[in-house]
Amino acid sequence: MAEKDWKPQILGIVCNWCSYAGADLAGSARTQYPPDIRIVRLMCTGRVDPLFILKAFIDGADGVLVSGCHFGDCHYLEGNYKAAKRMFILKSLLKNIGLEDKRLRMTFVSASEGAKWAVVVKDVVDTVTSLGPSPLKEFGQ
Amino acid sequence: MAEKKTKKESAAKKEPKKAAAKAAAPAPAAAPKVTPGKTTAKEARIGVYICHCGTNIAGSIDIPAVQEYAKTLKNVAHVDNYQYMCSTPGQKKIENDIKEHKLTGIVVAACSPRLHEPTFRTATKTGGLNPFRFEMANIREQGSWVHMHDREGGTAKAKDAIRIAVAKASLLEDLIPKAVPVEKAAMVVGAGIAGMQAALDLANAGIKTYLIEKNPTIGGRMSQLDKTFPTLDCSQCILTPKMVDVGRAPNIELMTYAEVEAVEGYIGNFDVTIRKKARGVLTPAEAEAKGIVGGGCNGCGDCDVVCPVIKPNPFEMGMKPRKAIYIYHPQVVPLIYTVDFDSCVKCGLCVDACGDKKAIDLEMKDELIKVKVGTAVIATGYDIFPIEKKDEWGYNKYENVVTSLEFERLICASGPTGGHLVRPSDGKTPMKVAFLLCAGSRDNTGVGKPYCSRFCCMYSLKHAHQIIEKIPGCQPYIFYMDIRSFGKMYEEFYYRIQDEGAKFMRGRVANVLEDPNTKNLLINAEDTLLNRPINLEVDMVVLAAAVEPCESTEKTRKLFGVSKSMDGWLLEAHPKLNPCGTTTAGVFLAGVCQGPKDIPDTVASAEGAASAASIPIHMGEVELEPYFAQCIEEKCAGCGMCVNLCPYSALSLVEKDGRKVMQVTEAKCKGCGTCGGFCPGGAIWMQHFATPQVVAQIDAFLLGGEQ
Repeated sequence: MAEKDWKPQILGIVCNWCSYAGADLAGSARTQYPPDIRIVRLMCTGRVDPLFILKAFIDGADGVLVSGCHFGDCHYLEGNYKAAKRMFILKSLLKNIGLEDKRLRMTFVSASEGAKWAVVVKDVVDTVTSLGPSPLKEFGQ
Repeated sequence: MAEKKTKKESAAKKEPKKAAAKAAAPAPAAAPKVTPGKTTAKEARIGVYICHCGTNIAGSIDIPAVQEYAKTLKNVAHVDNYQYMCSTPGQKKIENDIKEHKLTGIVVAACSPRLHEPTFRTATKTGGLNPFRFEMANIREQGSWVHMHDREGGTAKAKDAIRIAVAKASLLEDLIPKAVPVEKAAMVVGAGIAGMQAALDLANAGIKTYLIEKNPTIGGRMSQLDKTFPTLDCSQCILTPKMVDVGRAPNIELMTYAEVEAVEGYIGNFDVTIRKKARGVLTPAEAEAKGIVGGGCNGCGDCDVVCPVIKPNPFEMGMKPRKAIYIYHPQVVPLIYTVDFDSCVKCGLCVDACGDKKAIDLEMKDELIKVKVGTAVIATGYDIFPIEKKDEWGYNKYENVVTSLEFERLICASGPTGGHLVRPSDGKTPMKVAFLLCAGSRDNTGVGKPYCSRFCCMYSLKHAHQIIEKIPGCQPYIFYMDIRSFGKMYEEFYYRIQDEGAKFMRGRVANVLEDPNTKNLLINAEDTLLNRPINLEVDMVVLAAAVEPCESTEKTRKLFGVSKSMDGWLLEAHPKLNPCGTTTAGVFLAGVCQGPKDIPDTVASAEGAASAASIPIHMGEVELEPYFAQCIEEKCAGCGMCVNLCPYSALSLVEKDGRKVMQVTEAKCKGCGTCGGFCPGGAIWMQHFATPQVVAQIDAFLLGGEQ
């Protein structure tokens, strides 16, 4: 595949209450952003099993975005804290296995931050695009 | 069940106890209870429906291409598209096809599930399937609307979204919502005009209502106002009857000088802990309970007379003194004095003055009270933005610059000056008064607030009228950006003030300077209508300061799990169609805590919130979404990690067959899945968001799902 044709495959795992609603708000406001992300909705980022993210990378994802509520704003009190802690550990794990930890991102986008959601997605897409295809991609096949 | 797992599922979880899982016996047939870990038994047959939403989706996504693609997906038995899937014919398609094509799951690719998931779940149910066998692919808010100029990219994304949804729908299972009874009581937090109105409505609807107020009296901001626009009713005259009603309503349990300390539970069953702050004074009822016959505070004020400590009265914006034992103003409800323990020197003079009534207890401690309510209304109101941050207008620097709330007290007959407007510097009557509108509102400098505070234009017009009326010859100057007189009879009021002689200057004031000798103020501005600079000397400046959420709002909203907007106001469930609801079921918003509102809008919003809050109570029962955690006992090692992670104490370890396993108390579980995201053994089955279901979505995205 020619380098310029390559589009990253990015998985977005978002919580129902903040980031999914924020993404919906970006839609209502017709805020445009790159289409290179696919969303899986969970009730809370606390539900994000690190294995989901590893599975995505094994399957060949070029990047994973986990997005929840702001600290102190979690619909379930503290699920986002727990998710953030897991992401820290997971990032160091990714580095240890030789995968750029920038391919995994956790952000906090509230239900009223539609514009921020668009910025976040664009930034993640740009970051992952600059890193190029995941080196794990060929192992997945 | 483990034997039935597809290759993808088993790849998803490295299960440390494969053997144990394989040896699992079939669960007892305790239908309709869901067996954790059990995926769809029979072959999945999914119906996929693609909505055009007029041109909302069809305008930027290639629907025929998406439809052709959906037909190639695994498990898809039927694909259709329609102009408006949410319309009755659209829903009928689903209902009829379920029988005709023997479907086991439904996928609708349309708008956000936050909008139409309930609609299509109902259609799925009407068609004869369990409503939770429905999954939505969001191809509008997160598809066509955000990739309007990228038809190719948007269409590819829509195809993937449908593939992901089909993968999940293939593994969805029957779930039964849990019906829980609703406590026949409500709570209203904040007793300004919004909270009072909401409490009165709830009480009049036959619901026991706890009205919690942090101040010693109810009434809120409205009780500080002199007149109300545009009718020029005296604020206290129209408010005090309501205050009296609240004090007397048999269904309202009023708790002033109290704050919400903790909230547990969920819609229908909120356990609220209230901190009743030590007031130092017993009410007649409390005194009677202590055996002091005919005792308790009757508001006589004998204590006030003897108290030696003098403090500024916050009700009068600090412009009038109060004692360490005080009431805010003569019309307080309840008429009970309060001891300010921060300034009380405990000399005991008040105790002696109170005499046989024995109302004063200087050793009183805070009390924690627990109540159970079905629903709650938050009505915490607003504070004035600290306008001294806008240094250029000289508040707190020059004596004759006041805020509009201070002006209200100065012009009010019951205020510190008996209604005679005077300059704070020398007590003289001002003859030229400038009103600076949008003081901190509509401010994009980062210092003030970006939003319009919505009622400042109108009250400033009222202020101009008041000084023209009270002080013959006094000239009001109004510096404005736009006059927003949007309400009923508001524009007419604006014309009236123009006719009365107020001078309007369009332009934001650059700065205010003081003449140190006269304490007069020099205003530098630009008249943007006449394109010329203004240098005006006035006797007094009134800043129509922006409003911001009350300080206690942040604590209250976190206790009730309510989100906030970017500007700090509490976030409604939907700005247009559910302005009183929140994303926390059973919690509603009334008044300014949701965003700036004038009094008519506040009262309307309070009545709306009260009505919404009364519905679950009158229904008597609510259904909870059945996204509970379930323990797959054969995989559970009994480590107890999840028990500590659960924010709701819904999980516990129990002894079963000689070993410890986790047990879920469904009524406490809110379905966040924090336990399921952590369990090292993969022993937690999060209903509707189970690991195999989520992993199937991830695999479908990245590995494809075409046949």
